[in-house]
This record gives sequence, structure tokens and C-alpha cells, in this order.
Amino acid sequence: MEVTLSVNGEPVTRDVEARLLLVHFLRDELGLTGTHWGCDTSNCGSCVVLYDDEPVKSCTVLTAMAGGHDVRTVEDLEQDEVLDPVQQGFMECHGLQCGFCTPGMLMSARALLDRDPDPSEDVIREAISGQICRCTGYASIVRSVRWAAVHPEGRSEA
Amino acid sequence: MQVPAPIEYERATSVEHAIGLLTRLGDEARLIAGGHSLLPMMKLRLANPEYLIDINDLHGQLSYIDIGATRVRIGAMTRHRELLESVALAEVCPIFRDAERVIADPPVRNRGTLGGALCQADPSEDLSSVCTTLDASCVIRGRDGERVVSMDDFHRGPYETAVRHDEMLIEVRIPMRPHGSSAYAKVDRRAGDWAVAAAGAALWLDEHGTIADARVGLAAVGPNTTGIPAISEALRGRAPGEDAWTEAAAIAEAACRPVTDSRGSADYKRHLAGELTRRTLRTAWERVVAWR
Repeated sequence: MEVTLSVNGEPVTRDVEARLLLVHFLRDELGLTGTHWGCDTSNCGSCVVLYDDEPVKSCTVLTAMAGGHDVRTVEDLEQDEVLDPVQQGFMECHGLQCGFCTPGMLMSARALLDRDPDPSEDVIREAISGQICRCTGYASIVRSVRWAAVHPEGRSEA
Repeated sequence: MQVPAPIEYERATSVEHAIGLLTRLGDEARLIAGGHSLLPMMKLRLANPEYLIDINDLHGQLSYIDIGATRVRIGAMTRHRELLESVALAEVCPIFRDAERVIADPPVRNRGTLGGALCQADPSEDLSSVCTTLDASCVIRGRDGERVVSMDDFHRGPYETAVRHDEMLIEVRIPMRPHGSSAYAKVDRRAGDWAVAAAGAALWLDEHGTIADARVGLAAVGPNTTGIPAISEALRGRAPGEDAWTEAAAIAEAACRPVTDSRGSADYKRHLAGELTRRTLRTAWERVVAWR
């Protein structure tokens, strides 16, 4: 079936199987491998993308269902070679170790800051509670998101 | 890699269209709303529909929380997040916010719907227990019109509801009575997991501060999320307080039918059923008193 959706601001039309999950569409059809495919069971959250500006687990959405909707992936965060503040924050505060959960964490963090520019640590922890960091680096991830909240322009002031 | 079996996909543009498609395609067709119950079942090939009818375009029409003097009406496509964030709903039925805080996680709550949760009819699912506690009714629409069934009649057993293959749940109605409040509590192994055990309680006082009525609904401790009428009978006319909660807890422990599994032993779950009944009744009562 033919599906048209917006991915990172660009309209995309593809002929896909109705059963194709959004995570595989992004990775295999569009080559956007920044979105990670983890547990397959909507538990780990490494496949989180923004769907009409809100985080969803792309392993539990059919590509067909996303037709007509706006999907944003981690590849969309950096603009004109300038990192998004959440990306910069993860760099500044050691928000990643192995990096597998990072794309999902970044997208949830971006959606949170768009809604609440100055979230408390508790609010950040709730926002990323659908995501698992198997390196258990949660404290650094929370610090990274706080860094992004304090530095909405992104770049380090040091 | 978990992928669903091949399917045909249709989008419904109205409730009538969805019901027409269900009628035409027969019992191999399933509605998909948030998809967070059905898609995992399809990936595991536990559900193998030939046709999926996507009703997400009906969100605008079937997502509402309408609070009236005598009843609350909630559209079946209302998403978990909308239930969680509704201040007006939390004021009249705080049990919803209690439950939604511990249902899954934010990305899942962005998609999953009230109707989808009820129609999945998982015995461990929280909103079924919430709706049972609140004595809710379900509005089911078919080709020939609507029928309204109580939660006890709606929930036929694990993964089985009163909704026929060519029908659709469109609304949940909750009766409102004065001087009442409600609460929900769940024990889970990790944040957002399915319950080891959970309990909801609703309580109404009369003009003298005596218990006019009380209801308790348990989740994950039996094949069904039915209420416990014996608790209602025992509490009506009683003075609120620890003696009443303890008696209700004992009834809940005796009435539930938990099984030992990876989430805990039957004995532990039975203990939780009692303790959570005690706590939610106490919280519901404290909320009525604070509210008056």
C-alpha cells in the first residue's frame, strides 16, 4: 500500500506492506538508522521518535498508521551543523556510555523541553521513565537534560 | 524480530464507516486504536486478524471528558495521557489520575486509549478495575443502534468482552453521586509494569458521615476484574474507619483468586489485595472528608 508521511519535515511516499512497523520503515526504507531497534516489545524506548511532536515507541506503530502524520527522528535534532541543546547536554554531562538508548532519550528530552523549558529532576525522570539505559547511566542523563534546560542556546559557555 | 503476519489495512472516517467495515469484513477484522495491546499480540502471533481498521482518525470525535452533575461521559478514544492530565476529571474521579500515573510510561500513554484498554480485557489491566470500581457502563454501537452494558456484563473473562465483532465501544459512562471520592493503588515490580496486584476503591458518605455505599475493584488477582459486592454490603451503613477498612480487606483477601507466577506467589498477591483494599478505602474516605 502507498503511504505518505512527513519525516523530519520532508514528505515521503513509499509503497510498503501494511504490517511494516514504523521503526523498520525509518531504518530500512529511509536509512535513518539513528532510531534504534531494541526490545521489540515497547519496553526499552530506544525506538522513540516524535509523532506529531510527542514521543511514541516506533516499534508499536504501523507505518500505515503514521500516514499523514509528522514524524521526527534523532537525525532532525542537529540543524546547520549546530547540535540541539539536548545533544550538547549529553556531550557536556556524559549522558551516554554505550549510546544505544541515546536517540530515544534525546527525543523524549526534546519533547519535554518543548513543553516545559525548566523541568525539575523528578519531571525529567518521569519523562524518560519509558526508556531503559542498560548502562544504568540515569543520573548523567538527568544532568544532561538539566544542562539543556539551563542552556537553551545550546553551546557551552565555558 | 517480531513482526505481525500480513494484514490488510483500512482507515475508518467515521463510527458508521468503522462499523460498516467490521460488518462487511467479518470476524477476521479488528479495530486498532492506540495499538499498544493489539500490535504486541499480533507480533507474538497471538492475534492474527486479516484486516485492521484504524480508527485513529476518529480521535477528534471520540476523545472527550464531559463532566455532568449526575454522570461523567468519556469517549472511547480518549488517550491515557488525556485522562492523566485532565484536572476536571481528577477533581470528580481522582482514581483516574492515581491509576494513570502508574500505567505504562509517557510514550505508551501518548497512544493507548481508554476503549482499547477495556476491550483488551486483560485481567491485570488497570482501567478495567477503575471502571468497575466506579460502576461504569459501556456504550456499544452496532449497525442497529446503541446498547449500554454494565462493566460486570462488559468484562466476560480474560480477553473477552460483550462487544461483538461488528460492534464498537464508543463511550464509558460513570454515574456521579454526592459526597463521594475514589482512589487507586498498585504494586508493581518496576515503574509502569503490569500490576502484581492493584485495587481501586470508591466511597460515598451520607449526610451523617456514615458510609452510604462503597465499591472495590481488584486487578491481577483473578481471571476477571469484577467488583466485590460483599464489600459493598459489609460497608453500607457503617461508620468509616480502620475497623471497616480491615473488614473490607479481609473480604477482598477471601474473594480474590490469584495464581502464583513470575510476578509473585498467590499468597503474596492475596496479602496485597487486602492491604491495597484497606489503603484505597482509607484514601478515598480521606478525600471525601477533605473535599466536604
